[in-house]
Amino acid sequence: MRRVAALATAGSFLLTSAAFAAEAVKTVPPQIDFANPLLKSQVVWLGLIFLALYLLLANWALPQVAQVLETRAARIKKDLDAAMTAKAEADAAVAELTAATRKAHAEAQAAINAAVDTAKAEAAALAAAANDRLNAQLAAAEARISAARAAAVGALREVATSATTDLVTRLAGFTPATAVINAAVINAAVDHALTARAA
Amino acid sequence: MAAAEPSIDALGQFKLDTALGALGASVNFTNSNFMMLVAGGLILALLYFGMRPKAIIPGRLQALAEIAYDGIYSMCHEQIGHEGRAYFPFIFTLFFFVMFGNLLGLLPFTFTYTSHIAVTFGLALIVIVVATVVALRIHGWKFFTYFFPEGAPKALAPIIIPVEVISYLSRPISLSIRLCANMVAGHVMFEVFASFIVMMAASSMLGHFGIVAAIGPMALNVILMGFELLVAFLQAYVFAILTCIYLHDAVHLH
Repeated sequence: MRRVAALATAGSFLLTSAAFAAEAVKTVPPQIDFANPLLKSQVVWLGLIFLALYLLLANWALPQVAQVLETRAARIKKDLDAAMTAKAEADAAVAELTAATRKAHAEAQAAINAAVDTAKAEAAALAAAANDRLNAQLAAAEARISAARAAAVGALREVATSATTDLVTRLAGFTPATAVINAAVINAAVDHALTARAA
Repeated sequence: MAAAEPSIDALGQFKLDTALGALGASVNFTNSNFMMLVAGGLILALLYFGMRPKAIIPGRLQALAEIAYDGIYSMCHEQIGHEGRAYFPFIFTLFFFVMFGNLLGLLPFTFTYTSHIAVTFGLALIVIVVATVVALRIHGWKFFTYFFPEGAPKALAPIIIPVEVISYLSRPISLSIRLCANMVAGHVMFEVFASFIVMMAASSMLGHFGIVAAIGPMALNVILMGFELLVAFLQAYVFAILTCIYLHDAVHLH
């Protein structure tokens, strides 16, 4: 691209100078017309204007831009710092909340465990007491039953003896000796037991 | 071209003249210098009116001024390094002085001061003098080791040193010719195609068809304007970035 442009420049210089040369009006392009005093004065003025522009930009215009950019950077930094502080505070609050929640959880759990343990101990004590009472009642009931059985068994012999005595008295018309009746009842009971076993 | 009455005066647009009336004429103040004043005034006005609101959230003009500032500032910082801050106003002045010269020259009835080799060479001379003074100030006599790279065989010194010196001294030449040639080429092409428009439309040989045919060079000029706007910015950028590179060499040596 640059080469093309340079070639075009050179070409146009040559062409136009040739055309001018033919017409013999002006042979030199204005850029290299060193006879023209304006060519030199132009450069002197360039130096003055460039220097003035540089001094104005460096000391007046550019610091204004720099100041605005610095103010903005400072503002952004301040806002960022504030946001960071707020975030740190929020993080601390969240951590505190988490810790408090965890502590409350732990306390509640401990209370629940204690209550459960107490309830279990109470229940166990109640169950043991009830067991003891029931056992005692059972034992008393068993004792009563065996006493009643013993009494019933003792009474049975007497009933059998008196019934046999009555029977014999009515059949035979006399009252047999108690010892005889007793022996007969025992014999009959033994026979009955033996036949029951044989059957 | 026997009866070529309307010839193409492609270089007339670069002709220097005095400006600002009799006062300007008495001190040889040229039309070129007048455009420099306009350019400088516009640059200062952009920064003054742009930054006047001093808004935290910038408006359009302030954003433009800030982009101009930031763009050149980061260029200095990236190319020269941390020390680039000191040369930022210089690079800023240079870039916008060249760019406004290029852009103003694209407006009708203006003068393109960057199309004068005397002006661009003057600017390049300022650049090279500043760079050399900076280098001498920072490094003193050590600056002259710049012309002989470290570790190079001593036997090659008679070749290397002249080559380095010549390449150093050719910097302002290439810097100034690049800018001037680009501007001249663009403006000559504008003038040539614009002349074609008039010549074709007025041609007795082409008749009414000439008016239709004149659309061709006109379209070319429209396209060329877009291209030249790009070149105007690009050449200012190249000028500024090369200055940055020269200053980097001056500050860091090698």
